[in-house]
Amino acid sequence: MNMGGSHISDSISARQRLMDRFFQALTTGSAWLVLVILAGIIVSLFVGGWQALVAFGPKFLVTDEWNPVTERFGALVPIYGTLISSLIALLIAVPMSFGIAIFLTEVAPDWMRRPIGTAIELLAAIPSIIYGMWGLFVFAPVMSQHVQPWLQTRFGDTPLIGALFQGAPLGIGMLPAGIILGIMIIPYITALMRDVFLTTPKFLKESAYGVGATHWEVVWNVVLPYTRVGAVGGIFLGLGRALGETMAVTFVIGNTHRMSASLFEPGNSIASTLANEFNEAVGDMHTSALIALGLVLFMITFIVLALAKLLLLGLESRDSAKS
Amino acid sequence: MLLLSKPLKHLVSAGVVAFGLTAGLVQAETTINGAGATFPYPIYAKWAEAYKAKTGMNMNYQSIGSGGGIKQITAKTVDFGASDAPLSVEKLNEIGLIQFPMVMGGVVPVVNLEGVKAGELKLTGAVLADIYLGKITNWDDAALKNLNPGVKLPNGKITVVSRADGSGTTFIFTHYLSKVSPGFKEKIGNNTSVAWPTGVSGKGNEGVASYVQRLKGSIGYVEYAYALQNKMTFTQMQNKAGQFVKPDSETFQAAAAGADWKGTPGFNLMLTDQPGAKSWPITGATFILVYKKQEKTETAHQVLKFFDWAYHHGDKFAEQLDYVPMPASVVKLVEETWKTEINDASGKAIWTDSMVQK
Repeated sequence: MNMGGSHISDSISARQRLMDRFFQALTTGSAWLVLVILAGIIVSLFVGGWQALVAFGPKFLVTDEWNPVTERFGALVPIYGTLISSLIALLIAVPMSFGIAIFLTEVAPDWMRRPIGTAIELLAAIPSIIYGMWGLFVFAPVMSQHVQPWLQTRFGDTPLIGALFQGAPLGIGMLPAGIILGIMIIPYITALMRDVFLTTPKFLKESAYGVGATHWEVVWNVVLPYTRVGAVGGIFLGLGRALGETMAVTFVIGNTHRMSASLFEPGNSIASTLANEFNEAVGDMHTSALIALGLVLFMITFIVLALAKLLLLGLESRDSAKS
Repeated sequence: MLLLSKPLKHLVSAGVVAFGLTAGLVQAETTINGAGATFPYPIYAKWAEAYKAKTGMNMNYQSIGSGGGIKQITAKTVDFGASDAPLSVEKLNEIGLIQFPMVMGGVVPVVNLEGVKAGELKLTGAVLADIYLGKITNWDDAALKNLNPGVKLPNGKITVVSRADGSGTTFIFTHYLSKVSPGFKEKIGNNTSVAWPTGVSGKGNEGVASYVQRLKGSIGYVEYAYALQNKMTFTQMQNKAGQFVKPDSETFQAAAAGADWKGTPGFNLMLTDQPGAKSWPITGATFILVYKKQEKTETAHQVLKFFDWAYHHGDKFAEQLDYVPMPASVVKLVEETWKTEINDASGKAIWTDSMVQK
């Protein structure tokens, strides 16, 4: 009886061990597969863009010429456009999202939190092309008739920043693209910030309120230090999305390969250059230059996310040193 | 059970779809596949629909762009490719292709000027080139005023709108401007996408159209059919004979009639700036690419039969969609070429005169 019992449990545990090993192999394999795919993408981008990378060398990154007729390509204009439009987006989205998240977690009455929170999550689910269409048909006219003329009369003659607001107010260009991107990434950053703010232990906040702290003081001195890592992570996720956004930007950025200091002038981003030109790129060099451009975007996103990771690690180690 | 019933229904319909797919695979020989230019997509789709109703034959066309079409036919993943820009004879021979013109269209300048009606503003090639070069920047420029004594032109900046994506439309447009303006040829040149020195660029005909409709004082270029369907303010152009003409099927056909298809090897011909008092100067054809040496005789048959049917019975569909059919003389020339140039694996001609579906 005893023998039999242990025999049965042996066979069960043998099977369990087998299952366990299988499960381990499956998860390990999946994890490695991600790395293999990542490496595969980098390699294929390198191979595809090799012709352009060899032909133009490092100058590819700093040349502002993009001419399919003479087959001379440089990535400076799209790189500039990608970075500037994303920067504008962050300047708008970060404070707004921060404010909304604070409102939802600290200030808003309970009955408002759920509907507004859900509405923001729904906003995050709107396809980006909708933002693009709205940008072109609704937002661009408002920009060109009201916002841009106002900015021009207000700041056009100001030294230093005046140069940002020169040119015809078309409603199409770097500034509108950045604003649309900002509106697009607000829901992402907000949703993430709200979720991390909610993780602040209640007793910490109650204690602060108990000693007479204001909402602002609680947020700035209790919630934010506690959730800093998550909040920064949310911002970088939003930035990652802004860098790679294609359709919404293509609609309003103006799609021209020219550099200009003015935010009113049209420009181009890497993603919209790819979306515009890949289908009809006839020459091998043009295709190759576009793939190399894809590689550049990949690198930019990679660097941004790596920096984010480093920043987060720095924050974490500082926190642990403090405590 | 109630909960289950919906997924079950899906499962059943998925099964039906899967069955349909296998059925489709069984009849694979009755499908021909093509890919390429986006400009002729509406008419190819229309022809495919009508042809299927008549013969049961499927024509599957993917409008992935001319560049994509050339890549796909080179890789032999499709039975025919389609391109808005003709390939050079060297390139055709290198891959082993022949090309033939299928249908024509025109590119028209469109403007957004208050008080100016469609077909009212007159432009010459040189003036249009200077606008796109950024040399003429204001609507009350003397060059524009001299051409349009009766039209009230505003004192306002010209916003130039171009195509951001590579396209046959841009190829035809820049081909024309390079022909009539040495400055344009030198600074910008002729290609499916070029480096525009001024203005904004939109994606696709619809992108250009919406920018022009949105921006006061703008000028752009779109396919004629597109301008017509969107009721845009197109302009007149001066042609090679010095006449000002409006874009319509009559002036497009006039441009094609004078063209020397016969004397042009490989049909490598652009219809821009053609002679003739009625010719619209920015006209172009769109092309089909097939292999000279066909491995699958039956498929090659079906492909040629489809295009033959479209040449002889597809005109009314083309006109409905504002495309311009090829003149009969050109069709005859194309089918002669099929007869002499397209062979099966054993070197036997695939097309014969008896196959023509008059």
